[in-house]
Amino acid sequence: MSAPESIPLIELRGLTKTYGAGEGAFQALKGIDLTILPGEFVAIIGPSGSGKSTLMNVLGCLDVPTTGTYHYQGIAVEALDNDQRSLLRRYALGFVFQGFNLLARTSALDNVELPLLYRGLPRKERRAKALAALTSVGLPAKLRSTPGELSGGQQQRVAIARAIVTEPSTLFADEPTGNLDSVTTRDVMTLLTRLNVDRGLTVLVVTHNDEVAACANRTVLIKDGLIESDVSRA
Amino acid sequence: MIWNAFAIAVREIARNLTRAFLTVLGVFIGVAAIITMVTLGQGATVAVKAQISNLGSNLMLLRPGSGFGFRPASGGVANFSERDAEIIGEQIAGVAAIAPVRSAALSTIYLRTARTTPVIGTTPIYFDINKWVLAEGRFFTNADLRSGGAVCVIGETVRRELFEGGNPIGAKIRIGKASCEVIGLLKGKGQAGMGDQDDTIIVPLATLQRRLVGKASSHDITQIVISGKDGMNGDAVIAEITLLMRQRRNLQGNQDSNFSVFDTRQIAEALGSTTQLMTTLLAAVAGVSLLVGGIGIMNIMLVSVTERTREIGIRLAIGALGSEVLLQFLVEAVTLSCIGGILGILLALGLCVGLAQLIHVPFNFNLQINVIAFFFSAAVGILFGYAPARRAARLNPIDALRHE
Repeated sequence: MSAPESIPLIELRGLTKTYGAGEGAFQALKGIDLTILPGEFVAIIGPSGSGKSTLMNVLGCLDVPTTGTYHYQGIAVEALDNDQRSLLRRYALGFVFQGFNLLARTSALDNVELPLLYRGLPRKERRAKALAALTSVGLPAKLRSTPGELSGGQQQRVAIARAIVTEPSTLFADEPTGNLDSVTTRDVMTLLTRLNVDRGLTVLVVTHNDEVAACANRTVLIKDGLIESDVSRA
Repeated sequence: MIWNAFAIAVREIARNLTRAFLTVLGVFIGVAAIITMVTLGQGATVAVKAQISNLGSNLMLLRPGSGFGFRPASGGVANFSERDAEIIGEQIAGVAAIAPVRSAALSTIYLRTARTTPVIGTTPIYFDINKWVLAEGRFFTNADLRSGGAVCVIGETVRRELFEGGNPIGAKIRIGKASCEVIGLLKGKGQAGMGDQDDTIIVPLATLQRRLVGKASSHDITQIVISGKDGMNGDAVIAEITLLMRQRRNLQGNQDSNFSVFDTRQIAEALGSTTQLMTTLLAAVAGVSLLVGGIGIMNIMLVSVTERTREIGIRLAIGALGSEVLLQFLVEAVTLSCIGGILGILLALGLCVGLAQLIHVPFNFNLQINVIAFFFSAAVGILFGYAPARRAARLNPIDALRHE
């Protein structure tokens, strides 16, 4: 292993997340310690309600932890305000959701361009990068199609193109194949594996599909808000 | 960043044309309605005021009964006599001219055309008092008055209706029971809140009494018009006339006057307050339409709030700042509201010009109401477009994404 890889990309210490307050409070995460190195492909698995999606949202800075520390590339995320977290997402993180979350009535190209728009890139450069991203997910023919005109697998590939167009350091995927059939699931996982291997993109996938988990080289099992097992494959 | 937000906002508008159209429509209707109604209301007020100034200054009216306004010619209240007019003219210093008036609505026929026209029997000084100007021919004279000559002076409306705009001078028209020669045509004064002043035929008093009506009560005078001397004190003169008439009618101190005297100022005030009331009423109606427009905008915005909240979630998730999202929504709301407002002003302008001609009121562009209507509706549009976004942009991205 080379030297830079030994610096953790993600480091969690005693991370908890509690929803609500008082009697009705629910602790979704009860103290997570986790270290992820650059270039890893991690599957976070566990039964429904175990807290794996909550963990993913906190890791992706879409949600804030209640207690504990979270360092992303050495930055103390729990100390950042809303805008600073937004900027971290803008420049370092990419997301793929179970429900795709593409803008409705908006062409694939425009959807993929959107993150670049917030980066303030000029139009030509946006076009070129979005086109390249759509080509790399195998959808150069569907530029003008809106999400309504695309199949589930195609929508998810547009979503992946949108996530990687900014060249993030980490890609978070929350049940990326949850709405897809087994054939498209394989396509999407092949794509994610290729991004991990070819580009060295760190990929975190939340799933309860064993086939999806098998693509990863590390599997973290969450149960009742705690890490039950953490297995790496050589 | 503003330019960026503007670009994103324009994209969003282009993508959701139905939503954009409905938002614009709400502002559009509100703005057009309030501007049109207030402008026309003010036009009507101006028209009434112009009409009153046409009546002549220092003009006073003596009428039977109390108060003024529409009422039957002689609802059991004693009319006046020519003697009343003479005595007022002699005894009251502030009176410059005085004319007794006997009016009747009579059928008028010229060739095969017939209509009912308000006919006034009076003395030549009446033309002076009411500031009538001749378009053609001549007024009748005191000689005509004494002889009860079969002559008449007609208003512009009568010429239009009976002569189809042709030259009426020298023609003979049948008025009531006799035929009269048209000797003069009056210059038009125009429409007013008080009705068409040009729809009139003026004949010598004796002619009306002896030839045209011929009833027992025909010697009664239904109204006395008086012009005061320049610089006279209107209220004092009115008080003097009132006192004199009470004496002549033998009214006791505790009896109400069965006649009334008022001057153009009072008429102006009464009509002015009426049209003012109308303008206020119209503005209230317009305000309601603005409110309805506002509720329309609000509905559209609230219906789309779920979709828009998710949109905000997506934008935040891919790295947009809350302030960027808000700016985008603000630009969207402002753009749509302004488009609606400008279209509304243009429609109102067209409506005002068209309707002002239709209902014969002057059209005056009122900058103030345009500005008020524009900014009020724009504010409604912006408020309801922006407020839901404000709430959503404060959420954690994941909560916005999960919004149901």
